[in-house]
Amino acid sequence: MSDNPFAPSPLENRKRIKEAVAKCVLGAITLSLLVPVAAILGYLTYKAWPALTLSFLLENPKDYMTAGGIWAPLVGTFFLVLISLAAAAPIGVLAGVYLNEYARDNWATRTVNLAVMNLAGVPSIVHALFGVGAFVLFAHMGRSMLAASCTLAVMTLPVIITSTREALAAVPMAFREACWNMGATRWQTIRTIVLPNSVSGILTGVILQVSRAAGETAPILFTGAVLFTDVPDHGWHSFFPYGLGDRCMALSMHLFTLATQVRGVSDEVQYGTAVVLIGLVLLVNAFSIGLRGYLRSRQKW
Amino acid sequence: MTSPNTPAPPPRLPTGELAYLLRVAFDRAEPLIEWIIRLCGWSAIFFVFAIFFFIFREAWPALFGKLNLIEFFTSTQWQPSSEVHPRYGILALLVGTLSVTVLAMAIAVPLGLGAAVFISEFCGGKTKETLKILIELLAAIPSIVWGFVGYMVLGPVIIKLTGAPVGVNLLNGGVILALMSVPIIVSVGEDSLRAVPDSFREAALSLGASRWEIVYRVLFPAARNGLLAAVLLGVGRAIGETMAVLMCTGHSVQIPHSLLDPVRTLTATIASELGECVAGGDHYRVLFVIGLVLFIITFTVNLVADLAVKGVHNER
Repeated sequence: MSDNPFAPSPLENRKRIKEAVAKCVLGAITLSLLVPVAAILGYLTYKAWPALTLSFLLENPKDYMTAGGIWAPLVGTFFLVLISLAAAAPIGVLAGVYLNEYARDNWATRTVNLAVMNLAGVPSIVHALFGVGAFVLFAHMGRSMLAASCTLAVMTLPVIITSTREALAAVPMAFREACWNMGATRWQTIRTIVLPNSVSGILTGVILQVSRAAGETAPILFTGAVLFTDVPDHGWHSFFPYGLGDRCMALSMHLFTLATQVRGVSDEVQYGTAVVLIGLVLLVNAFSIGLRGYLRSRQKW
Repeated sequence: MTSPNTPAPPPRLPTGELAYLLRVAFDRAEPLIEWIIRLCGWSAIFFVFAIFFFIFREAWPALFGKLNLIEFFTSTQWQPSSEVHPRYGILALLVGTLSVTVLAMAIAVPLGLGAAVFISEFCGGKTKETLKILIELLAAIPSIVWGFVGYMVLGPVIIKLTGAPVGVNLLNGGVILALMSVPIIVSVGEDSLRAVPDSFREAALSLGASRWEIVYRVLFPAARNGLLAAVLLGVGRAIGETMAVLMCTGHSVQIPHSLLDPVRTLTATIASELGECVAGGDHYRVLFVIGLVLFIITFTVNLVADLAVKGVHNER
């Protein structure tokens, strides 16, 4: 018999121990997700280290892609992302505006939401088939950078729609009401109040689209990416090596080619390409997250 | 050198006035702009139908022509490039997709939901934010990079540990897919746990429940649908994943008998064979039929996940 009337009973002790065990196990689970990934990233960087120089980025692949750098695929990825962004961003942002500002809660809106969610869930290889059927064959674009970009644009549309809608929903209703009370129409309200106040969130979504599009391989595999093309090494032409109707190289495709299609590629070049691709995507993502945090901290409401 | 006879240029509008006119034009065009916005809003529906339509358009000659649908779904013989008698049976590919997905989920669901519970209930403040950001970054790693990791790093490790003849097999694909689908499970699961009102937690606390008891007696039942949706979205991601499984699962069409057998999935088949076959040929059309099958599978999975999430909202 304990003297202290507040001493924990055996039941309480058991509960406390159980809780501590649960916390440790769950924490270990979380760590077990993050640590291997960190280790893998570290290993990749370690293997790639000798290759990671500025000239690796700025040189073209040479000797049947077994040596040299990654300039040509890098530029290809840049243009693919740029064109897909130009196509997807306006449509996606306006669709987000529609869903948050205009759409009423009825079956049509629910169908649109369902469609957005399904579009996000369609496998990337199915997008590739769609790109082949619609853009390459039906629209007579052929296998070209334009067709590949359009496929990427359709694929990344839901990312922009969802994040735009979230950004708009974060603008307080009182802002809109104040504006309407001044006699402004819906569109005037959106243009002068809602969009300026949510531009940060929209930007975050657009940046996420960039990182998603940059990493995708399957959709461009049959719509416009090519194993290898000759790209000028010097001069302004090396910055604009591909026309809209040309096939182009892309970084993700290049990594796939190096790892599985070409023999005799040194480890450094392969790992270097992988690290540049991850680095690019993570950098863009980290920028987006940082921007979100910064703008959130400055938010007026 | 202007002669006095040249007519004076028309007076320029002051910029303020120009901007005013533009603004008026912009506002006058409101009905037009509203229609553009509406069209963009409906574009998602349009694209979903377009995807279905264009894949169907390429697939239908096979679907209603030479392809024997019963054989298609029940035969394990996939010999599309045979000159004499090409056979198109996707049973082995279906089983391949299924086995990789099941293995990936067996790993990813406990880990993902565990991490979701930990992030949502057991840590707060800075740790929580940091973990959420890390998970978000995890989701951003491109699938081709995961494939590369499985092919170059995990493969040799598997050979060394298990003595398997090849490192790219079911196990490799399952582990890589698990790592890839964990982020979506964590973030959707965390969302649905957060959606449980705090009053539920407070009520349980006031009855003397510990945190762990709150989690499995109160939160799991309350967030059941959301957690189910998280798992389903993970499944959808795993079924649809292409490049990673193409590189990691080996490439032999067979029904796997052990974890170390190489398998082939539906997605990997399309990705590896579409480039080689003749456009418009039978093989090409059958690949589009597979695409259609994939589209329908993932559509169903997403629909169910969506309904599960809707269920959560309706209960509130």
